Amino acid sequence: MSEQGTSDTKVRGVVVGHGDMPRGLVDAVRRIAGDAATGLAAVSNEGKGPDVLRSEVDAAAGPGPAIVFVDIQSGSCGLAASYACRGCVGRVVISGVNLPMLLDFVFHRDLALDALVAKVVDGGRAAIRAAPASS
Amino acid sequence: MPIVLLRIDERLIHGQVVIGWANQLRPDRYVVVDDDLAASRWEQDLYRLGAAGVEVGFFSTADALTHLDEWRTGFDRTILLTRDIATMRRLAQSGPLRGESVVIGGLHHAPGRDEALTYVHLTEKELGDLEAIVAAGVEVVARDLPDAPRVELELLKRRWNSYR
Repeated sequence: MSEQGTSDTKVRGVVVGHGDMPRGLVDAVRRIAGDAATGLAAVSNEGKGPDVLRSEVDAAAGPGPAIVFVDIQSGSCGLAASYACRGCVGRVVISGVNLPMLLDFVFHRDLALDALVAKVVDGGRAAIRAAPASS
Repeated sequence: MPIVLLRIDERLIHGQVVIGWANQLRPDRYVVVDDDLAASRWEQDLYRLGAAGVEVGFFSTADALTHLDEWRTGFDRTILLTRDIATMRRLAQSGPLRGESVVIGGLHHAPGRDEALTYVHLTEKELGDLEAIVAAGVEVVARDLPDAPRVELELLKRRWNSYR
């Protein structure tokens, strides 16, 4: 499963995860953000060995700056992302992806990579909250 | 405590192992037997990230052969992983694993491989290597997670033949 948007010069995003999760997250971004979701691709690990998964992540990230979002740092997805980004100055892996993080990403893809990484990590963290049950 | 799991899985240390199996088996350490990884420090660091704090050792096949007895009879609960069948065959044929069981956890589709299960794809040579493991007195089953059904090698072979 790999979905790529049109090519542009902004930072690209790749969501890598287990099963249907990547497609579901990208679909959710598309439903909320519309065309802004362009530039976000989904790669699932379903049925793929390490080599295939790495090459799919690599292809989806493309030649320019990219953030590879993974569900969990450990495991096949995180490992494939780390392999695909190793030695690539313009690629960063972020683990613990969530929907608010991706929404932040698609609306700020024109930022410089470092600034964008800091922004989406902060936004993703800030979105995790425990609300007390109403009495 | 002997080796609590012998597993063949291309992904080595990943979610099914660290969460699925480790939650039941409570390993003290993972032992990865792989000639390439034993010589690659940066790749070892990547795999260690996924081990959830459990000790991980990387060994070449030759080095592992000298430690097998110690791992079987030591106190540490050890999960031993290889990412290919040929490496496990070398370990099995060395002797100390006689009477143990090898679990195939994940071998994915690749050129020359045919499906036996959704998570097990084999070449003819790999099937031969599995039979050699059995001939060495080591049981072979497929099972991706501890709650999943055990698939015996004979059934695996029948399914592999039927899909060809």
